[in-house]
Amino acid sequence: MFPAQFDYRPASSVDEALEALVRYGDDARVLAGGQSLIPAMRFRLARPAMLVDINPIAELDYLRESGGQLQIGATTRDYLLETSTMLGDRYRLIADTAAVVADPVVRQMGTVVGSLCHNDPAGDWPVTALASRAQVVVRGKDGARTVSIDDFIVDSYTTAVGTGEMAVEVRFPTPSARTSGSYQKIERKVGDFATAAAGVQITLAPDGTIADAGIAIGALGPKALRVSAAEKLLKGAKPSKALIEQAMREAQTVADPNPDNRGSVEYKRAMAGVLVGRALRQTLERLGVGGLA
Amino acid sequence: MKINVTVNGTRYDRDVEPRMLLAYFLREELGLTGTHVGCDSSSCGCCVVALDGDRAVKSCTMFAVQANGHEITTVEGLEEGGKLHPLQQAFWDQHGLQCGYCTPGMLMTAYVMLKHKPKPSEAEIREAISGNLCRCTGYQNIVKAVQQAANELTAEPAAAAVGS
Repeated sequence: MFPAQFDYRPASSVDEALEALVRYGDDARVLAGGQSLIPAMRFRLARPAMLVDINPIAELDYLRESGGQLQIGATTRDYLLETSTMLGDRYRLIADTAAVVADPVVRQMGTVVGSLCHNDPAGDWPVTALASRAQVVVRGKDGARTVSIDDFIVDSYTTAVGTGEMAVEVRFPTPSARTSGSYQKIERKVGDFATAAAGVQITLAPDGTIADAGIAIGALGPKALRVSAAEKLLKGAKPSKALIEQAMREAQTVADPNPDNRGSVEYKRAMAGVLVGRALRQTLERLGVGGLA
Repeated sequence: MKINVTVNGTRYDRDVEPRMLLAYFLREELGLTGTHVGCDSSSCGCCVVALDGDRAVKSCTMFAVQANGHEITTVEGLEEGGKLHPLQQAFWDQHGLQCGYCTPGMLMTAYVMLKHKPKPSEAEIREAISGNLCRCTGYQNIVKAVQQAANELTAEPAAAAVGS
Protein backbone atom coordinates (compact mmCIF):
# COMPACT_ATOMS: atom_id res chain seq x y z
CA MET A 1 0.00 0.00 0.00
CA PHE A 2 1.14 3.53 -0.74
CA PRO A 3 1.28 6.15 2.01
CA ALA A 4 -1.30 8.90 2.16
CA GLN A 5 -0.38 11.99 0.15
CA PHE A 6 2.20 14.31 1.62
CA ASP A 7 4.38 17.22 0.62
CA TYR A 8 8.09 16.60 0.43
CA ARG A 9 10.84 19.04 1.27
CA PRO A 10 14.46 18.01 0.83
CA ALA A 11 16.52 20.17 3.20
CA SER A 12 20.09 21.14 2.43
CA SER A 13 20.81 22.54 5.91
CA VAL A 14 19.53 22.14 9.47
CA ASP A 15 18.18 25.69 9.34
CA GLU A 16 16.22 24.89 6.21
CA ALA A 17 14.82 21.73 7.83
CA LEU A 18 13.86 23.66 10.97
CA GLU A 19 12.14 26.32 8.93
CA ALA A 20 9.86 23.67 7.37
CA LEU A 21 9.36 21.90 10.73
CA VAL A 22 8.30 25.15 12.39
CA ARG A 23 6.00 26.07 9.53
CA TYR A 24 4.20 22.71 9.41
CA GLY A 25 4.29 22.01 13.16
CA ASP A 26 2.84 18.67 14.23
CA ASP A 27 1.92 17.80 10.63
CA ALA A 28 5.61 17.49 9.72
CA ARG A 29 7.96 14.56 10.21
CA VAL A 30 11.70 14.28 9.66
CA LEU A 31 12.79 11.65 7.14
CA ALA A 32 16.23 10.18 7.84
CA GLY A 33 16.78 6.49 6.99
CA GLY A 34 13.03 5.99 6.79
CA GLN A 35 13.28 2.31 7.65
CA SER A 36 10.62 2.60 10.36
CA LEU A 37 8.80 5.74 9.22
CA ILE A 38 8.14 4.65 5.63
CA PRO A 39 6.60 1.27 6.62
CA ALA A 40 4.53 3.13 9.25
CA MET A 41 3.33 5.53 6.56
CA ARG A 42 2.55 2.65 4.22
CA PHE A 43 0.42 1.01 6.91
CA ARG A 44 -1.16 4.46 7.50
CA LEU A 45 -0.01 4.36 11.11
CA ALA A 46 1.70 7.66 10.36
CA ARG A 47 0.20 10.30 8.08
CA PRO A 48 2.46 13.34 8.06
CA ALA A 49 1.33 16.11 5.73
CA MET A 50 4.94 17.22 5.26
CA LEU A 51 8.04 15.08 5.09
CA VAL A 52 11.28 16.97 5.67
CA ASP A 53 14.12 14.94 4.13
CA ILE A 54 17.38 15.54 6.01
CA ASN A 55 19.41 13.06 3.95
CA PRO A 56 20.84 15.81 1.71
CA ILE A 57 22.37 17.56 4.78
CA ALA A 58 25.94 16.36 4.34
CA GLU A 59 27.22 17.84 7.60
CA LEU A 60 24.93 15.56 9.65
CA ASP A 61 26.73 12.43 8.42
CA TYR A 62 29.59 11.84 10.87
CA LEU A 63 31.04 9.53 13.48
CA ARG A 64 33.76 11.17 15.55
CA GLU A 65 35.38 11.18 18.95
CA SER A 66 35.58 14.69 20.33
CA GLY A 67 35.56 16.34 23.75
CA GLY A 68 35.27 13.06 25.65
CA GLN A 69 32.35 11.84 23.56
CA LEU A 70 31.55 9.65 20.64
CA GLN A 71 29.37 11.87 18.46
CA ILE A 72 27.03 10.49 15.82
CA GLY A 73 25.16 12.76 13.40
CA ALA A 74 21.51 12.44 12.47
CA THR A 75 22.08 10.87 9.05
CA THR A 76 24.87 8.48 10.06
CA ARG A 77 23.88 4.94 9.08
CA ASP A 78 24.02 1.90 11.33
CA TYR A 79 26.24 0.31 8.69
CA LEU A 80 28.98 2.87 9.31
CA LEU A 81 29.10 1.96 13.01
CA GLU A 82 29.00 -1.72 12.22
CA THR A 83 32.04 -1.45 9.99
CA SER A 84 33.97 1.34 11.73
CA THR A 85 37.37 0.48 13.17
CA MET A 86 37.01 3.46 15.52
CA LEU A 87 34.84 1.56 17.95
CA GLY A 88 37.25 -0.50 20.02
CA ASP A 89 36.54 -2.39 23.24
CA ARG A 90 35.33 0.68 25.05
CA TYR A 91 32.44 1.15 22.67
CA ARG A 92 31.78 -2.57 22.41
CA LEU A 93 28.12 -2.17 23.36
CA ILE A 94 27.60 0.26 20.48
CA ALA A 95 29.42 -1.91 17.96
CA ASP A 96 27.51 -5.00 19.16
CA THR A 97 24.21 -3.18 18.74
CA ALA A 98 25.04 -1.80 15.30
CA ALA A 99 25.62 -5.35 14.07
CA VAL A 100 22.16 -6.66 15.02
CA VAL A 101 19.75 -3.83 14.21
CA ALA A 102 17.09 -5.07 11.78
CA ASP A 103 18.95 -6.74 8.87
CA PRO A 104 22.15 -5.89 6.95
CA VAL A 105 20.33 -4.15 4.09
CA VAL A 106 18.14 -2.07 6.40
CA ARG A 107 21.29 -1.02 8.29
CA GLN A 108 22.67 0.55 5.12
CA MET A 109 19.84 3.12 5.29
CA GLY A 110 18.76 3.14 8.95
CA THR A 111 20.23 5.70 11.35
CA VAL A 112 20.99 5.69 15.08
CA VAL A 113 19.40 9.07 15.73
CA GLY A 114 16.34 8.14 13.67
CA SER A 115 15.87 4.99 15.72
CA LEU A 116 16.06 7.00 18.93
CA CYS A 117 13.50 9.49 17.59
CA HIS A 118 11.16 6.73 16.42
CA ASN A 119 11.54 5.25 19.94
CA ASP A 120 9.92 1.94 19.22
CA PRO A 121 9.54 -0.01 22.49
CA ALA A 122 11.36 -2.88 20.75
CA GLY A 123 14.05 -0.68 19.21
CA ASP A 124 17.71 -1.50 19.85
CA TRP A 125 19.27 1.95 20.11
CA PRO A 126 17.17 3.24 23.04
CA VAL A 127 18.42 0.27 25.11
CA THR A 128 22.06 0.88 24.25
CA ALA A 129 21.72 4.63 24.70
CA LEU A 130 20.36 4.07 28.22
CA ALA A 131 23.08 1.60 29.19
CA SER A 132 25.83 3.90 27.94
CA ARG A 133 24.22 7.07 29.29
CA ALA A 134 23.91 8.89 25.99
CA GLN A 135 22.69 12.40 25.39
CA VAL A 136 20.76 13.71 22.41
CA VAL A 137 21.30 17.15 20.93
CA VAL A 138 17.97 18.68 19.93
CA ARG A 139 17.82 21.80 17.82
CA GLY A 140 15.04 24.31 17.40
CA LYS A 141 15.02 27.66 15.73
CA ASP A 142 16.19 29.32 18.95
CA GLY A 143 19.21 27.08 19.43
CA ALA A 144 20.27 23.68 20.68
CA ARG A 145 19.67 21.82 23.93
CA THR A 146 21.20 18.63 25.21
CA VAL A 147 18.83 16.04 26.67
CA SER A 148 19.86 13.00 28.71
CA ILE A 149 18.57 9.78 27.19
CA ASP A 150 16.47 9.09 30.31
CA ASP A 151 14.56 12.30 29.63
CA PHE A 152 14.62 11.84 25.86
CA ILE A 153 12.69 8.56 25.68
CA VAL A 154 9.38 9.63 27.16
CA ASP A 155 7.02 6.82 26.21
CA SER A 156 6.26 4.47 23.30
CA TYR A 157 7.06 6.35 20.09
CA THR A 158 7.28 9.58 22.09
CA THR A 159 10.44 11.59 22.75
CA ALA A 160 11.45 14.94 24.16
CA VAL A 161 11.73 16.37 20.64
CA GLY A 162 9.12 19.13 20.52
CA THR A 163 7.14 20.66 17.70
CA GLY A 164 9.43 22.55 15.34
CA GLU A 165 12.52 20.75 16.66
CA MET A 166 14.77 17.97 15.39
CA ALA A 167 17.45 15.75 16.91
CA VAL A 168 20.78 16.41 15.23
CA GLU A 169 23.24 14.26 17.18
CA VAL A 170 23.57 11.51 19.76
CA ARG A 171 26.58 11.58 22.11
CA PHE A 172 28.00 8.67 24.02
CA PRO A 173 30.41 9.61 26.82
CA THR A 174 33.84 8.11 26.19
CA PRO A 175 34.30 5.60 29.00
CA SER A 176 37.64 4.97 30.70
CA ALA A 177 39.97 2.26 29.47
CA ARG A 178 38.72 -0.83 31.33
CA THR A 179 35.25 -0.66 29.83
CA SER A 180 33.36 -3.14 27.74
CA GLY A 181 29.79 -4.04 26.98
CA SER A 182 27.43 -6.51 25.38
CA TYR A 183 24.11 -6.40 23.58
CA GLN A 184 21.89 -9.45 23.72
CA LYS A 185 18.69 -9.90 21.75
CA ILE A 186 16.20 -12.67 21.10
CA GLU A 187 14.38 -12.41 17.76
CA ARG A 188 12.32 -14.94 15.85
CA LYS A 189 14.16 -14.19 12.64
CA VAL A 190 16.66 -11.61 11.44
CA GLY A 191 14.85 -8.32 11.04
CA ASP A 192 11.89 -9.13 13.26
CA PHE A 193 11.11 -6.96 16.24
CA ALA A 194 12.98 -8.12 19.32
CA THR A 195 11.20 -10.57 21.60
CA ALA A 196 13.45 -9.28 24.39
CA ALA A 197 16.79 -7.44 24.52
CA ALA A 198 19.36 -6.27 27.05
CA GLY A 199 22.34 -3.93 26.89
CA VAL A 200 25.15 -3.76 29.43
CA GLN A 201 28.19 -1.54 29.80
CA ILE A 202 30.68 -1.98 32.64
CA THR A 203 33.80 -0.10 33.70
CA LEU A 204 36.21 -1.82 36.09
CA ALA A 205 38.23 0.01 38.74
CA PRO A 206 41.96 -0.77 39.13
CA ASP A 207 41.19 -3.02 42.11
CA GLY A 208 38.84 -5.17 40.00
CA THR A 209 35.62 -3.84 41.48
CA ILE A 210 32.92 -2.40 39.22
CA ALA A 211 33.40 1.36 38.93
CA ASP A 212 30.36 1.94 36.76
CA ALA A 213 27.55 -0.13 35.32
CA GLY A 214 24.82 0.67 32.82
CA ILE A 215 22.04 -1.88 32.36
CA ALA A 216 18.90 -1.54 30.24
CA ILE A 217 16.29 -3.81 28.68
CA GLY A 218 14.20 -3.49 25.52
CA ALA A 219 10.93 -4.86 24.14
CA LEU A 220 10.00 -5.53 27.76
CA GLY A 221 7.76 -2.57 28.46
CA PRO A 222 6.23 0.57 26.95
CA LYS A 223 9.77 1.84 26.28
CA ALA A 224 13.35 0.79 26.88
CA LEU A 225 13.86 0.53 30.64
CA ARG A 226 16.87 1.21 32.84
CA VAL A 227 17.46 -1.41 35.52
CA SER A 228 18.60 1.12 38.12
CA ALA A 229 18.48 -1.28 41.06
CA ALA A 230 20.93 -3.63 39.34
CA GLU A 231 23.22 -0.75 38.39
CA LYS A 232 23.35 0.29 42.07
CA LEU A 233 24.02 -3.26 43.20
CA LEU A 234 26.95 -3.62 40.84
CA LYS A 235 28.61 -0.28 41.45
CA GLY A 236 31.51 -0.73 43.85
CA ALA A 237 31.02 -4.50 44.08
CA LYS A 238 33.35 -7.26 43.05
CA PRO A 239 31.99 -9.33 40.13
CA SER A 240 30.59 -12.65 41.27
CA LYS A 241 28.09 -15.26 40.23
CA ALA A 242 25.77 -14.26 43.07
CA LEU A 243 25.92 -10.61 42.05
CA ILE A 244 24.93 -11.46 38.46
CA GLU A 245 22.02 -13.54 39.74
CA GLN A 246 20.82 -10.62 41.84
CA ALA A 247 21.03 -8.31 38.82
CA MET A 248 19.04 -10.82 36.78
CA ARG A 249 16.29 -10.79 39.40
CA GLU A 250 16.20 -6.99 39.35
CA ALA A 251 15.79 -7.03 35.55
CA GLN A 252 12.84 -9.42 35.91
CA THR A 253 11.25 -7.06 38.41
CA VAL A 254 11.65 -4.04 36.13
CA ALA A 255 10.34 -5.85 33.04
CA ASP A 256 6.75 -5.01 32.20
CA PRO A 257 6.15 -6.90 28.95
CA ASN A 258 3.02 -7.37 26.89
CA PRO A 259 2.09 -10.86 25.76
CA ASP A 260 2.06 -11.36 21.98
CA ASN A 261 2.88 -14.06 19.45
CA ARG A 262 6.56 -13.71 20.41
CA GLY A 263 5.91 -14.90 23.94
CA SER A 264 3.90 -14.74 27.14
CA VAL A 265 4.47 -12.30 29.97
CA GLU A 266 6.11 -15.06 32.03
CA TYR A 267 8.45 -16.03 29.22
CA LYS A 268 9.47 -12.48 28.41
CA ARG A 269 10.05 -11.64 32.07
CA ALA A 270 12.23 -14.71 32.39
CA MET A 271 14.15 -13.61 29.29
CA ALA A 272 14.79 -10.19 30.86
CA GLY A 273 16.81 -12.01 33.50
CA VAL A 274 18.46 -14.43 31.08
CA LEU A 275 19.59 -11.70 28.69
CA VAL A 276 20.89 -9.38 31.41
CA GLY A 277 22.80 -12.36 32.81
CA ARG A 278 24.29 -13.20 29.41
CA ALA A 279 25.20 -9.59 28.74
CA LEU A 280 26.85 -9.19 32.15
CA ARG A 281 28.86 -12.42 31.80
CA GLN A 282 29.98 -11.58 28.27
CA THR A 283 30.96 -8.04 29.25
CA LEU A 284 32.98 -9.29 32.21
CA GLU A 285 34.59 -12.02 30.11
CA ARG A 286 35.62 -9.36 27.63
CA LEU A 287 37.22 -7.52 30.54
CA GLY A 288 39.12 -10.65 31.49
CA VAL A 289 36.85 -11.68 34.37
CA GLY A 290 35.85 -15.29 33.81
CA GLY A 291 34.43 -18.16 35.83
CA LEU A 292 31.03 -16.52 36.31
CA ALA A 293 28.90 -18.94 34.34
CA MET B 1 7.87 16.79 -8.07
CA LYS B 2 10.36 16.77 -10.95
CA ILE B 3 13.27 14.42 -10.41
CA ASN B 4 16.18 13.11 -12.40
CA VAL B 5 17.51 9.69 -11.58
CA THR B 6 20.26 7.80 -13.33
CA VAL B 7 19.33 4.14 -13.57
CA ASN B 8 21.85 1.67 -14.96
CA GLY B 9 23.71 4.57 -16.55
CA THR B 10 20.70 6.16 -18.26
CA ARG B 11 19.36 9.46 -17.01
CA TYR B 12 15.60 9.69 -16.59
CA ASP B 13 13.65 12.92 -15.99
CA ARG B 14 10.24 12.33 -14.52
CA ASP B 15 7.54 14.13 -12.59
CA VAL B 16 6.38 11.94 -9.68
CA GLU B 17 4.21 12.17 -6.59
CA PRO B 18 6.33 12.27 -3.42
CA ARG B 19 4.63 9.09 -2.18
CA MET B 20 5.77 7.07 -5.21
CA LEU B 21 8.05 4.35 -3.84
CA LEU B 22 11.29 3.68 -5.66
CA ALA B 23 10.36 0.06 -6.43
CA TYR B 24 7.20 1.20 -8.20
CA PHE B 25 9.02 4.02 -9.95
CA LEU B 26 11.47 1.50 -11.41
CA ARG B 27 8.80 -1.02 -12.37
CA GLU B 28 5.91 1.14 -13.50
CA GLU B 29 7.47 4.43 -14.61
CA LEU B 30 10.62 3.00 -16.18
CA GLY B 31 9.38 -0.48 -17.05
CA LEU B 32 12.30 -2.11 -15.27
CA THR B 33 10.44 -5.07 -13.85
CA GLY B 34 13.56 -6.98 -12.85
CA THR B 35 13.23 -5.40 -9.41
CA HIS B 36 10.60 -7.50 -7.66
CA VAL B 37 8.18 -6.52 -4.93
CA GLY B 38 7.65 -9.30 -2.41
CA CYS B 39 6.49 -8.42 1.07
CA ASP B 40 6.17 -4.73 0.23
CA SER B 41 7.08 -3.93 3.83
CA SER B 42 10.88 -4.07 4.09
CA SER B 43 11.12 -7.65 5.31
CA CYS B 44 11.94 -9.86 2.32
CA GLY B 45 14.65 -8.11 0.28
CA CYS B 46 13.27 -8.95 -3.20
CA CYS B 47 13.34 -5.27 -4.11
CA VAL B 48 16.97 -4.51 -3.23
CA VAL B 49 18.80 -2.17 -5.60
CA ALA B 50 22.17 -0.44 -5.35
CA LEU B 51 22.17 3.25 -4.43
CA ASP B 52 25.18 5.15 -5.82
CA GLY B 53 26.88 1.80 -6.32
CA ASP B 54 27.85 1.30 -2.71
CA ARG B 55 24.68 0.81 -0.69
CA ALA B 56 22.13 -1.96 -0.97
CA VAL B 57 18.68 -0.55 -0.23
CA LYS B 58 15.18 -1.94 -0.15
CA SER B 59 13.46 0.04 -2.88
CA CYS B 60 10.02 -0.56 -1.34
CA THR B 61 11.17 1.46 1.67
CA MET B 62 12.56 4.49 -0.12
CA PHE B 63 10.69 7.17 -2.06
CA ALA B 64 11.60 7.85 -5.67
CA VAL B 65 12.06 11.54 -4.80
CA GLN B 66 14.89 10.50 -2.45
CA ALA B 67 16.73 9.14 -5.48
CA ASN B 68 16.71 12.56 -7.14
CA GLY B 69 20.23 13.26 -8.38
CA HIS B 70 21.42 9.77 -7.43
CA GLU B 71 22.42 6.67 -9.35
CA ILE B 72 20.50 3.43 -9.05
CA THR B 73 21.68 0.06 -10.28
CA THR B 74 19.06 -2.63 -10.75
CA VAL B 75 19.45 -6.25 -11.75
CA GLU B 76 19.05 -5.16 -15.40
CA GLY B 77 22.27 -3.17 -15.00
CA LEU B 78 24.45 -6.15 -14.11
CA GLU B 79 25.08 -7.73 -17.52
CA GLU B 80 27.33 -5.96 -19.97
CA GLY B 81 27.07 -6.34 -23.72
CA GLY B 82 25.03 -9.50 -23.46
CA LYS B 83 27.51 -11.13 -21.08
CA LEU B 84 26.21 -12.07 -17.66
CA HIS B 85 27.85 -10.50 -14.63
CA PRO B 86 29.99 -13.06 -12.75
CA LEU B 87 27.32 -13.11 -10.03
CA GLN B 88 24.57 -13.90 -12.52
CA GLN B 89 26.70 -16.57 -14.18
CA ALA B 90 27.50 -18.06 -10.77
CA PHE B 91 23.79 -18.23 -9.82
CA TRP B 92 23.25 -20.07 -13.12
CA ASP B 93 26.22 -22.41 -12.63
CA GLN B 94 25.46 -23.21 -8.99
CA HIS B 95 21.68 -23.45 -9.41
CA GLY B 96 21.34 -20.56 -6.98
CA LEU B 97 17.65 -20.13 -7.75
CA GLN B 98 14.53 -22.14 -8.27
CA CYS B 99 11.49 -19.89 -8.72
CA GLY B 100 13.70 -16.82 -9.14
CA TYR B 101 11.51 -14.42 -7.22
CA CYS B 102 14.14 -13.46 -4.65
CA THR B 103 17.00 -13.56 -7.15
CA PRO B 104 17.19 -9.87 -8.18
CA GLY B 105 17.40 -8.87 -4.52
CA MET B 106 19.94 -11.59 -3.75
CA LEU B 107 22.07 -10.49 -6.69
CA MET B 108 22.00 -6.80 -5.80
CA THR B 109 22.66 -7.44 -2.10
CA ALA B 110 25.62 -9.65 -3.01
CA TYR B 111 26.80 -7.18 -5.66
CA VAL B 112 27.14 -4.41 -3.07
CA MET B 113 28.60 -6.70 -0.41
CA LEU B 114 31.37 -7.87 -2.75
CA LYS B 115 32.35 -4.24 -3.35
CA HIS B 116 32.93 -3.78 0.37
CA LYS B 117 34.15 -7.31 1.11
CA PRO B 118 35.69 -8.85 -2.01
CA LYS B 119 36.70 -12.05 -0.22
CA PRO B 120 33.89 -12.84 2.21
CA SER B 121 33.82 -15.96 4.36
CA GLU B 122 30.82 -18.27 4.15
CA ALA B 123 29.57 -16.82 7.45
CA GLU B 124 29.90 -13.28 6.09
CA ILE B 125 27.91 -14.20 2.98
CA ARG B 126 25.16 -15.76 5.09
CA GLU B 127 25.09 -12.67 7.31
CA ALA B 128 24.99 -10.31 4.31
CA ILE B 129 21.95 -12.01 2.77
CA SER B 130 20.15 -12.52 6.08
CA GLY B 131 17.69 -9.75 5.16
CA ASN B 132 16.80 -11.50 1.91
CA LEU B 133 14.29 -14.32 2.09
CA CYS B 134 14.40 -17.31 -0.25
CA ARG B 135 11.73 -19.99 0.20
CA CYS B 136 13.07 -22.42 -2.43
CA THR B 137 16.77 -23.06 -2.18
CA GLY B 138 17.53 -23.30 1.50
CA TYR B 139 20.25 -20.75 0.68
CA GLN B 140 22.94 -23.39 0.16
CA ASN B 141 23.38 -22.81 -3.56
CA ILE B 142 23.00 -19.06 -3.23
CA VAL B 143 25.96 -19.06 -0.84
CA LYS B 144 27.94 -21.26 -3.26
CA ALA B 145 27.12 -18.90 -6.11
CA VAL B 146 28.31 -15.85 -4.21
CA GLN B 147 31.50 -17.73 -3.32
CA GLN B 148 32.08 -18.58 -6.97
CA ALA B 149 31.52 -14.97 -8.03
CA ALA B 150 33.83 -13.69 -5.30
CA ASN B 151 36.56 -16.05 -6.49
CA GLU B 152 36.14 -14.97 -10.08
CA LEU B 153 36.00 -11.28 -9.35
CA THR B 154 39.16 -11.40 -7.24
CA ALA B 155 41.09 -13.79 -9.52
CA GLU B 156 43.88 -12.65 -11.82
CA PRO B 157 42.49 -11.87 -15.30
CA ALA B 158 44.13 -14.97 -16.86
CA ALA B 159 42.77 -17.26 -14.17
CA ALA B 160 39.32 -15.71 -14.52
CA ALA B 161 39.35 -16.46 -18.24
CA VAL B 162 40.12 -20.12 -17.53
CA GLY B 163 37.43 -20.25 -14.83
CA SER B 164 34.69 -18.87 -17.07
